[in-house]
Amino acid sequence: MEIETLKTPNTNPEYSEQEGKSKSPYQLALRRFMKNKLAVIGVITMVIIIVMSFSAPLLTDHNPTQTNMLMIEQPPSSEHILGTDGSGRDNWARLLYGSRVSLVVGFSAMFFTLIIGVILGSLSGYYKGFVDSLIMRATDLVLALPFLVLALTVMSLVENITVTLFVTIIALVSWPTLTRIIRGSFLSLREQEFVLGAKAIGASDMRIVFRHMIPNAIGPIVVNATLMVAIMIIAEAGLSFIGMGIPQPQPTWGNMLNEALSVRILRHHWYTWIPPGVCILVTVLAINFIGDGLRDAFDPKSNQR
Amino acid sequence: MATVDEKQVVQTDQETIVKVEDLKKYFPIKGGILKRTIGHVKAVDGVTFDIKKGETLGIVGESGSGKSTLGRMILRLLEPTEGKILFQENDITHLKNHKMRPIRKDMQIIFQDPFASLNTKMSVEQLIEEPLLIQTNMTKKERKEKVKELLEKVGLRASDRLKYPHEFSGGQRQRISIARALAINPKFVIADEAVSALDVSIQAQVLNLMSDLQEDFGLTYLFISHDLSVVKHISDRVGVMYLGRLAEIAPKKDIYENPLHPYTQALLSSIPDTDVDRERETVHLEGDLPSPSNPPSGCAFRTRCPMAHERCAVDRPELQHMGEGHYVACHLYDE
Repeated sequence: MEIETLKTPNTNPEYSEQEGKSKSPYQLALRRFMKNKLAVIGVITMVIIIVMSFSAPLLTDHNPTQTNMLMIEQPPSSEHILGTDGSGRDNWARLLYGSRVSLVVGFSAMFFTLIIGVILGSLSGYYKGFVDSLIMRATDLVLALPFLVLALTVMSLVENITVTLFVTIIALVSWPTLTRIIRGSFLSLREQEFVLGAKAIGASDMRIVFRHMIPNAIGPIVVNATLMVAIMIIAEAGLSFIGMGIPQPQPTWGNMLNEALSVRILRHHWYTWIPPGVCILVTVLAINFIGDGLRDAFDPKSNQR
Repeated sequence: MATVDEKQVVQTDQETIVKVEDLKKYFPIKGGILKRTIGHVKAVDGVTFDIKKGETLGIVGESGSGKSTLGRMILRLLEPTEGKILFQENDITHLKNHKMRPIRKDMQIIFQDPFASLNTKMSVEQLIEEPLLIQTNMTKKERKEKVKELLEKVGLRASDRLKYPHEFSGGQRQRISIARALAINPKFVIADEAVSALDVSIQAQVLNLMSDLQEDFGLTYLFISHDLSVVKHISDRVGVMYLGRLAEIAPKKDIYENPLHPYTQALLSSIPDTDVDRERETVHLEGDLPSPSNPPSGCAFRTRCPMAHERCAVDRPELQHMGEGHYVACHLYDE
């Protein structure tokens, strides 16, 4: 098998002659995402919810915290589209303003979790050894804490629960999942040839992590961060529902549901609890569809297309 | 352009650029409940050689013979267990990462799998620019110019710089890897199975490209491959590895025409011959490569060697000089 000498520099028939229409892997992922109908519906739904939440003052004249003892538990009317609650507050206004809390809690808790997860996960997966053992034991510890019991304890100890405090608490118990996912991707990435190649050209650790490893772990990171938003929104709703979340009078979807603890309201005042329930359901579903769409879009196996 | 032309002088003086002394890499095997080290995989077990400036040293061996581990250790991408690596007469065996960084400018690697060795999230320009960004003080404009120049040098078009790796075929990707490796004018390049993943016709193109670039840049290659024909095509000297050790190392002509080690003889007779009439002495090897975690005593090759005798089980043969730079590690040639 003697090798013949070929002098032609490039004879590949697939060598594309077109120029300037090349797409980056991110653009390809976006294109795959846009082909996923459910995911696009999810995005549209989320955009509508976010826009409504921001433009709440334009959509209602009522103050969501304004009580009116003469107008309690009113059924829907032209004045109060969704009626009023047990303290005479307008349900429609509370639903709009309440979405702000749910979204703020969901996104900021995800953001905190993401920062902690990326930092600890990268350290753990990149350096391995002692650092890794230390961080992994810390995640084991936090994973062993029962979330609900911890949350309830803190909530009952603290007098005044603010959104910031609430976000901090749920972020502090939620980071291990993302940390482990990022560590896992890093452990496999660090052995890959392109990472060795980066090391061979003398790239710094920071450069290797941020320029080479994180972009290649972006799929699982983004997908899990998205799903994290849904989990956080449910956590807020759940805790507020049992009265251990954001306290009244601040409206949230969770503490609007809290009204339905009374069987009378559950039976006769559907307009008080169905709308926030549906809002939570729709938001979480939309986020999960987006997450699934992102997962498919970032699937490395379809990268070749 | 000037930087390329300056390097055009082909070094003919026999100055040593890389020297490896008794290099070893043992990977621990952890086992048991306590994850204690219960043994070692002796991937590289005492390898000594040197590479002269401007030459191509080919390293051949079966999979698992430790060729790639050897290459990665020389570049300090893997920490050696024992031994010494001298690069341009400096001991780099235990240099800290930050001290190693400026030295990396002079040594580069081209990997086997063109689909795994390029970061798919970066454009060709970003990929080739990166070493320049890290190792030189070039301005953005100079770097872009250099990228275009390099792309043309490796047979791609300057306009390809805005594309991404997924838009290229294996051979083209390997060209990108070569451009990236050569961007900072290294003196020494390790080609770790650089053409093994490519089609034969593309292999020839890439090999010729590498030879041309060697002349243009005055490069020294360590060419690692399992393919004897490829190594024959490009090397000046050839080393044969077996189970983490060098069995034989000699100028190319000697290895292919006068192989001394029984393993080399067996390897060479395994190359299919196109000339049916030629009388060939064939040596067939029995069995598989023994496990590097439990290598045979004495000579590692004795379990499969047709010429093995009692001594081979006892003493480990050392490389001995047979004249004209031909070294062999075999008891058959003991006095």
